[in-house]
Amino acid sequence: MTPASITDVTDRWPGWGQVLDTLTLQAGFNTTVVIVGTTLLGIAAGVIGAFALLRKRALMADALSHATLPGVCLAFLVLGAFGVAARSLPLLLLGAAATGVLGLLCIHLLLRHTRLREDAAIGIVLSVFFGAGVVLLSVIQSRPTGNQGGLSHFIYGQTAAMSRGDAAFMATIAALAVLAALLLAKEFAVVCFDDGFAAVAGLPVVAIDLVLMTLVVLVTVTGLQAVGLLLVVALLVIPAAAARFWTERLWLLLVLAAAIGGLSGYLGASMSALLPRKPAGAVIVLTAGAVFACSMLAAPNRGVLAAAIRILRTRLRVASEHLLEVLYERERLAPAGGAVDIRRIAVARGWPGWRANLVAMLLSRRGLVERRGRGLALTGLGRAAGARVSRNHRLWEQYLVTHAEIAPSHVDWSADQVEHVLSEPLVRELEAALRAQGIDVPAARGGMEGATA
Amino acid sequence: MSDAVHTFLSIDLLPLLAATLAAFSCGLLGNFLVLRRLSLMGDAISHAVLPGLVIAFLLFGTRASLAMFVGAAVAGVATVALVELIRRFGRVEPGAAMGVVFSVLFALGVLLLEQAAARNVDLDADCVLHGQLETLFWVAPREWSALFSLDWLREVPRQVVTLAIVAAVSLAFVAALFKELRIAAFDPGLATTQGIPAGAVNGLLMVLVAAATVASFEAVGSILVVAMLVCPAATARMLTDRLLPQVVVSAIVAAATAILGYGAASLLPHWLGLAGSVNAAGAMTVTAGVLLTIAVIAAPRHGVLARAVRRRRLATQVQVEDLLGALFRKAESGAAGTTVPTATPHRASLHAARIARRRGLVSGDGPTLDLTPAGRRVAAGLIRRHRLWEAFLVDEAGWRSDHVHEAAETLEHLRDVRRQPLVPGIAPDRDPHGRSIPGGADPARPRSEDSA
Repeated sequence: MTPASITDVTDRWPGWGQVLDTLTLQAGFNTTVVIVGTTLLGIAAGVIGAFALLRKRALMADALSHATLPGVCLAFLVLGAFGVAARSLPLLLLGAAATGVLGLLCIHLLLRHTRLREDAAIGIVLSVFFGAGVVLLSVIQSRPTGNQGGLSHFIYGQTAAMSRGDAAFMATIAALAVLAALLLAKEFAVVCFDDGFAAVAGLPVVAIDLVLMTLVVLVTVTGLQAVGLLLVVALLVIPAAAARFWTERLWLLLVLAAAIGGLSGYLGASMSALLPRKPAGAVIVLTAGAVFACSMLAAPNRGVLAAAIRILRTRLRVASEHLLEVLYERERLAPAGGAVDIRRIAVARGWPGWRANLVAMLLSRRGLVERRGRGLALTGLGRAAGARVSRNHRLWEQYLVTHAEIAPSHVDWSADQVEHVLSEPLVRELEAALRAQGIDVPAARGGMEGATA
Repeated sequence: MSDAVHTFLSIDLLPLLAATLAAFSCGLLGNFLVLRRLSLMGDAISHAVLPGLVIAFLLFGTRASLAMFVGAAVAGVATVALVELIRRFGRVEPGAAMGVVFSVLFALGVLLLEQAAARNVDLDADCVLHGQLETLFWVAPREWSALFSLDWLREVPRQVVTLAIVAAVSLAFVAALFKELRIAAFDPGLATTQGIPAGAVNGLLMVLVAAATVASFEAVGSILVVAMLVCPAATARMLTDRLLPQVVVSAIVAAATAILGYGAASLLPHWLGLAGSVNAAGAMTVTAGVLLTIAVIAAPRHGVLARAVRRRRLATQVQVEDLLGALFRKAESGAAGTTVPTATPHRASLHAARIARRRGLVSGDGPTLDLTPAGRRVAAGLIRRHRLWEAFLVDEAGWRSDHVHEAAETLEHLRDVRRQPLVPGIAPDRDPHGRSIPGGADPARPRSEDSA
């Protein structure tokens, strides 16, 4: 790994060979250890984080990671008091896990025995435990022996300090966490999706929740050295939230979250190794953030772009139907009137001119209207479609007045909103029901089908 | 002016003042965050301001500038907006949206800091996290009269002045918009129908939270900000049910936390024989936790202790009532002077017998008990409610008569007269099993004797 030195001011861009070496794990032993370690961490965090996200406990991970700081400091103090080698990673992490679980229990007790809500309980544990950790850190610093032993690396992460033993240790914990999550996947899934059902089915919901959160603590502890306790929550939340955009199925969510987490760890650590002064934790989180941003924009179903296109389509369809209806009504009132001026339609519907023109263009392309200069006229096909919309409109008007007891003066507005959602069986049903009450319904004009937008 | 006082004024006064002002602003605003279940917004903002700070610093190259404040405030407001965007357009749940936004922004800040560090710049994330209370130093005047003169006030560090302004604005905001804040927090829909722009009120609240966060963390560190936005409000919430007292109590708790925490930080290491000092912001955070713990345990109505006592009292009450009911049924079937019934666990029934004897509801000694006249009245009321419930469940709710006893065993103990099943005028005089229902001279208040 390229050491990120403070005096090294010039930015050196790595050559292609170096990039390739790093990405294929050929760039020296230390770099490889770091990259493999963070990749495994990303995979574990992705899997566990997916369950935490589904259980709506994403930010609890934040509280738990903050709660590990006093544990690290206490372990350091105790080890120092017994004269053990002060930087024994497993023992420090044991302390971290201990206070992490303690924080978890505190949240649980606060939620169970007080009237405080989850967010408040999380905020309390997060700040108070971290505050205690800060106090202990300052105590450690002020001791005569003075050696802080790189404890602050646990706050921001310091991948360069990772040894082979550390990486192996982390990999073991990560593998165990993933294994436990997969073995308990069914139980987790039931509790995540319907905890009431889980309780009725005889599952110990509280115990399962505690196991899930303990796994979160394990991942957090594993990530302390790599990305630091402030950013490990990102590895738990972001891959899962990004994967959620792409799928509605649980197993696929787990696979995608693991993949995104692993990829972020792999790319982030590689970039950090190649470029000077790019702390691995931050780069890993930013990589995951970039994946999240892409997912949110481009995912096919839940993505923002897809949703925008859907909304636009619906709006255009509704506007087209409105236009057809206006033309049809005008034609019925004045059969010999010929084309209607597009500007008058825009005024009648309260549309800006460009919108009327856009809709007219789309309709004429589909052969439903003809443009005659500034005027518009229905084609045969368009007339049938207009008749259908107009008919649905009236049907709804009648229905709303007789059944939903909406004042006649409000009906036109409501009918306008719903005429586009009518299905044909429903139309027939309504028609029959209204006829049975002796209410006159305009006859269906030929061509109910064939003209749907 | 003595030396000790002068030392206090020079070294301790300003940090104490800064911490108290920061705690006060955050504690005040935190009430509405806790109510709206947005307690963690402070956490998100305080992490996410880091890139704003670093960018402002890189642009303007100075630490003590308005630019830093503006940069951080912009980042804070951007955080709120981004969280809302992701929540709304990505349909991500709010917790996860916050987690994504603040961790990415914080990572960006850490990365930028590393770049800044390469230019030998004195700026690190530690000061953002832990605060630099200890660096607030002020050469205090030697004379009391000089303390309030303009010359000396001009020497007060900028952070403290900013904090004072933010505290004043927060107080004015909460005082002026209390009604709007309350209704927007409890029921945004109702607020909108009454013509109060709930969205705007909440947006303004978020802007102020961001400002308070930014003003505070430079002096006291973001961790204290997070604690002060949540803990005092939570403490006050344990103590009162009404919003106005809650706001007042939380402001007092916040200020007390700052002062007690500062005292602990300066005195504790001395007592423990440690060299140097303990981080003051951390000590205040722990103090906030301690105060909250005390409130959680000992709060008069909602505390864990009070609730345990209430539950225990209720359990005893039910046991006594069951004992009286059993004695009444025995007497009804013709056997007077019964032994303590063993339907309930032995120890519980002995305890119930002791309490009933003390209240003059039963007489007799040893294992043999008799109802006193007072006890008979109470027992009659209980049996009456039991059998009325049975009659109600069969006649009105359509249960089968062999299913109603267990339900009536529970319902007979209900304390609330409004939940009595039938009004006395139309009450039947036989239960579904054909037993007579004891007359109720005052069936609406059957427990007047032992309400102590």
